Amino acid sequence: MSIYTTEDTTLASDDTRAGAKVSAGAAFGAAAAPPRMTSLDVLESEALHIIREVVAEFERPALLFSGGKDSVVMLHLATKAFWPGKVPFPVVHVDTGHNFPEVIAFRDRTVERLGLRLVVGRVQDHIDSGELAERADGTRNPLQTAPLLEAIRANRFDAVFGGARRDEDKARAKERILSLRDDFGQWDPRNQRPELWNLYNGRHTVGQHVRAFPISNWTELDIWRYIERVGIELPGLYYAHQREVYARDGMWRAVGDVSLPRADEPVLTKMVRYRTAGDMSCTGAVESTAATVAEVIREVAASTITERGATRADDRISEAAMEDRKKDGYF
Amino acid sequence: MTISTQTFASGVGPRPHGSLAEREVRERVGTLFRFATAGSVDDGKSTLVGRLLHDSKAILADQLESVTRASAARGFNGGEPGSEPGSEPGSEPGGEPGGQQIDLALLTDGLRAEREQGITIDVAYRYFATDQRSFILADCPGHVQYTKNTVTGASTADAVVVLIDARKGVLEQTRRHLCVLRLLRVPHVVVAVNKIDLVGYSAEVFTAIADEVRKVSARLGLADVLVVPISALSGDNVVDRSARTSWYTGPSLLQILQALPSTDELERGQEPFRFPVQLVIRPQGALAPELAAEPAETGDGGPDTFRDYRAYAGQLASGSVAVGDRVTVLPSGLSSTVVGIDFAGTDISVAVAPQSVSLRLADEIDIARGDLIAAAGTFVAPTQDLHAELCWLSPKPLCEGAKVLIKHGSRTVTALVRAVTGKLDLASFQEQAASGLELNDIGSVQIRLASALPVEPYARHRRTGAFLVIDPLYGNILAAGLVKDHPGDHEDER
Repeated sequence: MSIYTTEDTTLASDDTRAGAKVSAGAAFGAAAAPPRMTSLDVLESEALHIIREVVAEFERPALLFSGGKDSVVMLHLATKAFWPGKVPFPVVHVDTGHNFPEVIAFRDRTVERLGLRLVVGRVQDHIDSGELAERADGTRNPLQTAPLLEAIRANRFDAVFGGARRDEDKARAKERILSLRDDFGQWDPRNQRPELWNLYNGRHTVGQHVRAFPISNWTELDIWRYIERVGIELPGLYYAHQREVYARDGMWRAVGDVSLPRADEPVLTKMVRYRTAGDMSCTGAVESTAATVAEVIREVAASTITERGATRADDRISEAAMEDRKKDGYF
Repeated sequence: MTISTQTFASGVGPRPHGSLAEREVRERVGTLFRFATAGSVDDGKSTLVGRLLHDSKAILADQLESVTRASAARGFNGGEPGSEPGSEPGSEPGGEPGGQQIDLALLTDGLRAEREQGITIDVAYRYFATDQRSFILADCPGHVQYTKNTVTGASTADAVVVLIDARKGVLEQTRRHLCVLRLLRVPHVVVAVNKIDLVGYSAEVFTAIADEVRKVSARLGLADVLVVPISALSGDNVVDRSARTSWYTGPSLLQILQALPSTDELERGQEPFRFPVQLVIRPQGALAPELAAEPAETGDGGPDTFRDYRAYAGQLASGSVAVGDRVTVLPSGLSSTVVGIDFAGTDISVAVAPQSVSLRLADEIDIARGDLIAAAGTFVAPTQDLHAELCWLSPKPLCEGAKVLIKHGSRTVTALVRAVTGKLDLASFQEQAASGLELNDIGSVQIRLASALPVEPYARHRRTGAFLVIDPLYGNILAAGLVKDHPGDHEDER
């Protein structure tokens, strides 16, 4: 037992290399040092394990695929999990009608290249049928829940993969990797199943389904480092480009059909990029000259603002905006 | 086989797949370390977590701003009664921005109800990194269902930080926490004696508590417990060593967490190879489009290469495996030789835990999901009788004769709880007679399985010794199970 009360400890207190000292000791034994896994290696293997576990335990899984960077990484991991077989489930996209056209084009290209079935739920259809109403603030992001649940119901999906990460938001930080949802898709944060070791429990009753988040433990920087490592293609808006923008709520909004400036909001041409690819009507761009993955990584590492804080109006609705949406069946 | 892994071809900085060691050097990405915090109510756990995140610069400006606003709205004045906010302007906790006090707990208490009640309800996961390590922190609440939360957080943790309030010393709950951590074989336990500022940075108080911790740990057989005096509120010995505890010459809490070897680092080379099979990968006609369409560079790719492809996908639970190794498949007991290890299209010669890979074997033997592939000659026969310890996590009590499901590795089987043989008194660490278990109880049971499982004692193998007890009706988790000792020891009781 080593209680630190004297200077004579095995860990030199000011030695920043203390980790090397300890781990190089008896811990490894005399065996030749096996390859050490970096945190990204461990996260990747963890995600592959979860994806395979869900596919093994559920009848009808599907993957939420928006063309955003997290879902692109998720789809890439899925191709790895089943190699050399094809990805054994369809992808689902909730089309708000406010998506960036280049992201939709990217989505379609990717789905075709991988030979996947694409299920699209449209917010517009639900507005046309009178089931949903346009919000006063113009954002359609919170309206995605109804088409999502409809797609789940109509296709009888029992597990839906999402690319949500716990570092994104304080409500997401509390959600399990396998998150049980009731008949209404609702999340009950106070009554979650414990998640023990790496044993995932996929049991559910009729009507319930599960949202699976294999990259829960990844951070924004992990995503970008992974994109760099394996050379994943993303929609161009993630990299610096010239765009017509106007300032609103402290963010640069793109000029588009669903995102028009008011008379008092002058339009400027700026070098920008997007940190998240949400709706045009609620996602802001950041000024940036980062045109390559390496430059983006440097920028993200040095950033003093979170990706959602920087670019998402939908999360600014209240202190618990994400929690409230999740309780209603959101991703 | 030289099939490209780059299913997403891109002009944007693609990188070849190097060996793990090469990649590490190039990317300067550290290792992963998972730790959990445990403590009683008001030990200042959330404040400690907030402090770690804040001082390691993991809190970004917009988060800080939102917490600052919320702190002001709630009239936060520095938290503890008796603390002296502002006595040392500039160096005080959360002095920034603008010298205003912030409630660091609000950084982690994310749910509405948590913020309203000022308590932590559920385990929250947080992320921060230093130059050497990426940390995953499970912040486990201490008030209700503490066993459930501690077991959950500790089951995957490389280390657990147990908080003690310096004014209160070792409490009943501290003993319970240490007992659970011993049971779960958490590799490292660090006891943080918090609020050392509120006892005047007294060496005597700290030494007395450290002695008590040492005594309790010795009784439990908990080795290598580290004790560190901290003030989460004012930051003493959390990230940097504090000048106000000059009598303490050990490392700060973060220095400890940076230095401790992770579970995988500890066990590597020591644990035998274990591999629960998750899926059989046998694409036949259903190949990934880029493989089906065009041959690889060498000309031997294309659909023909994979017509008879058959591999077993899973994650190494422990140990390592190399091409050429003899392995045994359980429960069948058949043996074969590893002829190939695929990591998503890359042919690798060695795999180590916790890598997710696909194994190809020399012989066509019957292997399905739920089977365990192990290093040949390292395994005892699978058993239908389990003697185990259960941490009961459900409000629905356990009665003898209960029918349950057991998930072990990648296999789920029906089981019958034949007998409850005792219940652990967490205060005295003695087992008492019992006929059932309730929420937060830890007890010993005998279980009969509908089919044999290749289990090993948890004391020796954490992965193959752990299982879930699941409610067959609703699918909820009833208990965390730890295989107690060799099933053969109870042959006579059958």
